[in-house]
Amino acid sequence: METNSPDQPASSATVRPTPSDVALPDQPDAVLTCDNVDVYYGSFKAVEQVNLGFGLNEITALIGPSGCGKSTLLRSLNRMNDLVEGARVAGTVSFMNEDIYGPGVDAIEVRRRIGMVFQKPNPFPKSIYDNIAYGARVTGMKVSSMDDLVEEALTRAALWDEVKDKLKQSAYGLSGGQQQRLCIARTIAIKPDVILMDEPCSALDPIATMRIEDLMQELRKDYTIVIVTHNMQQAARVADRTAFFTALPDETTGNRTGVLVEYGKTGQIFGAPNDKRTEDYISGRFG
Amino acid sequence: MNKKSATFPVLVIDDVAGSKGPAQLPGPSNISHFAGRPRPGEKIIKGVLAFSAALTVVITVGILIALIVPGVEFFVNVPIWDFLFGTRWTPMFADADYGVLPLVSATIWTTVLALIIAIPFGLGAAVLMSEYAHPKLRAVLKPILEVLAGIPTVVYGLFALQFIQLVVFKEWLQLDTGAFSVLAAGLVMGIMIIPTIASISEDAMSAVPMSLRQGSAALGANRMQTSVRVVFPAALSGIIAAIILGVSRAVGETMIVAIAAGSQARIVTGPLEAGQTMTGFIANAALGDSRVGSLEYNTLFAVGLLLFIITLIINMISIRLVNKFRQVY
Amino acid sequence: MASLGKLAAQGAAATTLKSQNGGEYSARAIGFLFALWFSLFVAVLFLGTLIIVTVIEGAPKFSLNLFTEYSSSNPDNAGARAAIFGSVFVIATTAVLAIPLGVAAATYLEEFADKRRWWNRLIELNVQNLAAVPSIVYGLLTLGLLATVGFKSKNFVLAGGIALALLILPVIVIATREAIRSVPSEIRQGSLALGASPWQTVWRQILPSSIPGIATGSILALSRALGEAAPLLLLGALVYVTFDPTSLMSGFTTMPIQIFSWTGRPQEGFHELAAAASILLLVLLVIMNGLAIFIRNRFQKRW
Repeated sequence: METNSPDQPASSATVRPTPSDVALPDQPDAVLTCDNVDVYYGSFKAVEQVNLGFGLNEITALIGPSGCGKSTLLRSLNRMNDLVEGARVAGTVSFMNEDIYGPGVDAIEVRRRIGMVFQKPNPFPKSIYDNIAYGARVTGMKVSSMDDLVEEALTRAALWDEVKDKLKQSAYGLSGGQQQRLCIARTIAIKPDVILMDEPCSALDPIATMRIEDLMQELRKDYTIVIVTHNMQQAARVADRTAFFTALPDETTGNRTGVLVEYGKTGQIFGAPNDKRTEDYISGRFG
Repeated sequence: MNKKSATFPVLVIDDVAGSKGPAQLPGPSNISHFAGRPRPGEKIIKGVLAFSAALTVVITVGILIALIVPGVEFFVNVPIWDFLFGTRWTPMFADADYGVLPLVSATIWTTVLALIIAIPFGLGAAVLMSEYAHPKLRAVLKPILEVLAGIPTVVYGLFALQFIQLVVFKEWLQLDTGAFSVLAAGLVMGIMIIPTIASISEDAMSAVPMSLRQGSAALGANRMQTSVRVVFPAALSGIIAAIILGVSRAVGETMIVAIAAGSQARIVTGPLEAGQTMTGFIANAALGDSRVGSLEYNTLFAVGLLLFIITLIINMISIRLVNKFRQVY
Repeated sequence: MASLGKLAAQGAAATTLKSQNGGEYSARAIGFLFALWFSLFVAVLFLGTLIIVTVIEGAPKFSLNLFTEYSSSNPDNAGARAAIFGSVFVIATTAVLAIPLGVAAATYLEEFADKRRWWNRLIELNVQNLAAVPSIVYGLLTLGLLATVGFKSKNFVLAGGIALALLILPVIVIATREAIRSVPSEIRQGSLALGASPWQTVWRQILPSSIPGIATGSILALSRALGEAAPLLLLGALVYVTFDPTSLMSGFTTMPIQIFSWTGRPQEGFHELAAAASILLLVLLVIMNGLAIFIRNRFQKRW
């Protein structure tokens, strides 16, 4: 599988270099790695032979056409796939060199360390405060002051000023963008190391999307972020590195299986892709 | 669960078909392009259907009239105060007393005992089916619960009297109890209500969107925490509605209590005592051949009226809650 | 809390994915799951016990006599023939009265009623409420109805059928509405767009598609009516009947009433008879439920 290649300074006029592009090392300092990962649903192979490393304090975007398995891969990174009947992972996904599917590993602990934000905002039908406190309560986190934790998480998610006077009100009263930032706040409140985002802005309007993107730039200082997105401009705007996936039909069954085509710095992927398929996709000729 | 509004734009189409015709099109012609052929059959059929639907309201009105007319005659003879707060119920005696509290006390005992059984077990089964069970297991469990719900109440009554009371309570446990007890009746009634509570609360919990469970799992909650802290509260109004419907069924259940609770109308003070419930009285009194219009006959309807009002209030609360939880998602 | 989210010292020391607080298999979570299974176990245990106890007690009397003999003062040669025939007559009457009416009412509510009109909302609320009215109240209603019309007798097949039809009407209305509602609106719109009138759409598209749901609901409702005794008690069905019903005006008793009657007798032989008749009732019930489930699984369209 083709991965990183000699680095070309990103100089394409259409792509704004991400702030850290210059300082970005050639190879990511990976905290979360996939080695020969296949994901199956029953006998159907959804993703095949993925080798990827997600760098510490970097934002990595997974892009590609529908059905290329990028969301499936994302869900196998924190064992959310365990909740799907028949889902199975082959190969190794390791976090800090520990296999997250290894014996004795607790899926719940994995999810505590590797949080997730979903496509549609999914606040619980509880108060704003209880939404944030939920994770700390269920994971039995030692917290000196829950109020401080809630305030800090909401502040980090750039939501505190908007909701500080209505913490006890239902989270359903918030706008879609606010709800999504609440879900991000809820995730960072349990102090994960990695945050997975599954098309977090696809249900939001452009202004709310912009706020989330700004928030991601803030969060990357402390977290490793992996984002699946349909929106190529978004990947170009926010991601340090980008992985492009596509779906290849199986010759005998016709099932489409996702494969990783190319992975590199965002500037390189958008400016000087090595693979023809990547170029076709980002220039809009395909997908 | 969003209610799909399936109403046709009937009025518009009727207008086209009817004599009035649609709004006139601009132009020289006075004849509409859309004047369809008249469909008188359509109107008649719609009328018949509407009549059928209206008949359901007639039934309710009929129930009210059927209960209130003899009820009023009863309250002419017996002051309503004596009826509601009297503690002696002896309508068959020469010196008759019509205090309904003994019947109410037995109804409360059997209902509370039934709920003590039905609520925990019913909710437990519901959480298991909604949050834990594999779809194949659920496909087996649901019909089992439906059979349990469909067993005739006389069979439950027979079981309560012949097995629970006589064999389990008297022979095995050597309890100090007579031929009947509100405990045997209440216990078996609780079993009868388990499917009602389980099935409706399972519906409510299944209606909670999957995204909330995923959100909870992504925050490091295990299945138990997700069930108890997210799904259960989110489905609470539906669950309460299920419990209230269970209460309504327990209050209105007749055959189990008529068979197993006994027919002595006195204030019940303990679960091992026999007692006659409101429904038990109606069933027993109906066995005698009381003349229409006699006080004895009217007594039936007075108790029936009280029963109807109690269950009506309970049902209305339940319906409101169910409608509320349907609107949430 | 400045280190919020920083990788723990960026070293491997504090990072283990082993369970910190028990996770999915903590003692509490296992206890909880155990309690859930126990709930289900209790329900199934009771169902099993009830069936076994009934079968053991009723087996000696579950013979041909049960079907061919009338009730008698001697338990050894008593049977439930009159009750079986009575049940058949009453349930058939109930079905004829309740199903067409229930389907018609449901069709109106689902397809023609304008929900903005208060009377249509009243009808809806009313049906929901009627479904939860205690069954014995329907007996009182029928009794009052007969007295108003001026019938001398109250124990005849038609009266029993009316009482049970009133009882199951709301159940059929609700089941039919569910069935109609599950027909996708594309079918309606497709039919209307081809120039069919609303009634033609209902008659040719909606109702045929809803038949499995309506059948399932109706069978379950009738199985409930078959086991129901309370309203019929009020119609004097607890009588000693030694003849088969022949018309809508014949006197009758039914199986549940016969069971109730035998339960109240002191002789053990009658209790066995009651159990034997219960077995018959349970078998019929399982058959009807099974049929309903079969229809639901086999014919229900997946849209």
